[in-house]
Amino acid sequence: MDGFWNILAQSVGLIFAWDPALMEIVGLSLRVTTTAVILACVIGLPLGAVVGAFRFPGRAVITVLLNALMGLPPVVVGLCVYLMLSASGPFGVLGLLYTPTAMIIAQTILVTPIIAALTRQVIEDLQNEYAEQFASFGVGPVNRTVALLWDARFSLLTVVLAGFGRAVAEVGAVMIVGGNINHVTRVMTTTIALETSKGNLQLALALGVVLLLLAVVLNAAVMALRATAVRAAYA
Amino acid sequence: MRDFSSEGSLHSIGYTACDPLIATDGVSLVLGGRRVIDEAEFSIGSGRRTVILGANGAGKSLLLRLMHGLISPSEGTIHWRGKPLDKAARAAQSMVFQRPVLLRRSVAANLRFALRIKGLTGKERAAREFEALRLSRLTDLANAPARVLSGGEQQRLAIARSLVCRPDLLFLDEPTSNLDPASTQAIEELIFAASDAGITIVMVTHDAGQARRIGQDGLFVHAGRVVETAPVETLLNDPYSAPARAWCEGRLYLDTGSV
Repeated sequence: MDGFWNILAQSVGLIFAWDPALMEIVGLSLRVTTTAVILACVIGLPLGAVVGAFRFPGRAVITVLLNALMGLPPVVVGLCVYLMLSASGPFGVLGLLYTPTAMIIAQTILVTPIIAALTRQVIEDLQNEYAEQFASFGVGPVNRTVALLWDARFSLLTVVLAGFGRAVAEVGAVMIVGGNINHVTRVMTTTIALETSKGNLQLALALGVVLLLLAVVLNAAVMALRATAVRAAYA
Repeated sequence: MRDFSSEGSLHSIGYTACDPLIATDGVSLVLGGRRVIDEAEFSIGSGRRTVILGANGAGKSLLLRLMHGLISPSEGTIHWRGKPLDKAARAAQSMVFQRPVLLRRSVAANLRFALRIKGLTGKERAAREFEALRLSRLTDLANAPARVLSGGEQQRLAIARSLVCRPDLLFLDEPTSNLDPASTQAIEELIFAASDAGITIVMVTHDAGQARRIGQDGLFVHAGRVVETAPVETLLNDPYSAPARAWCEGRLYLDTGSV
């Protein structure tokens, strides 16, 4: 037990020492994850809003698919992206394998269904509330989608947070397509896996602490924002 | 079902509004195999204030939704200015629901949303927004979130949001249910202001006193059938049909006979 506390103390020391290696890994993790979540939002928010707000043939199939894809196994996504980007794959010519871009692609594929499926649920609930009034106003499809997304913005923050949580904690897919190359594609989760296997527990635990802190800070920020919005009746 | 034809349904006592804005022709609605509106034939006079009366579940709100085009009749036709009801006709109408549906935005943003949907921009939009806030006495609350307003204020905003688009016809589905007398009066003032501006009013109400205060024409619905149409004073003072008579006298009325 003493060993754990010693390692934890050294880990915290690494964080407070602003260790360059650690900061580089944290920085790349945040860059990859944030980019992937932004891309997933660009695709997932409108997709979820359209599926939630409109009735059209095949809607039920899309809903089931989106819900099912929320549980996509990361290693399978990693493998598929690997096959697409490898030299013999259709996009091999782009030379993206083992780059942060490949990791962003894999994370975007993993996160988009989560954002889209949760957005659909939020928007559908709001649409049920607004449906008759929108029909009465004669609100067109574009205005309806934009209005629903805007009015559900505080609920959707939680959706985005769920996507971020999934992306930042992801290890399988980014390990396969990124290769965990030092100074190139090494992110927090892959470093934790590697350093643990090497016995360098201080760095692994320091990154674990950073991951946990990130989760706590983000959740607290979103919760505070939502609470403010609820008090002001905007949510 | 009791046959009202022998005791004066619309077909026998039919009061037809002059210059009808809306006229229905044998309109029926079947939901879940049940005929919830049965061969409704009536007209709504242009510029008039018409109240729709009847017991709970009689089909009053469904009639409003049919006239507004929110639901399509299973049989029959609804005419708007002599032509079948279409999208353009609905754009000239507005509806306020029993429970106001307000966007999760400020009071002013709710008004702006309606104006933007109507395609208004710039100075015209600002002028109408200002006028609607003044008319609904919500100027001081313009930047307040709409959902923190009191019930009466919310309903005033919902009506102002409808009026800001200057419709030809305003449907009101029990706009003052659950409101206190002061809030009810404020709503009724808005309705009269709209009527004075030439907007046709069609309102569902359970309140005979309110029907008398607001209505010019009356329409009584029972079990999905429009059983009586008449000037509201006539309908309330000297109802012809048994269900309307029972309702006006405050008696329970069952299809098998009056109690």
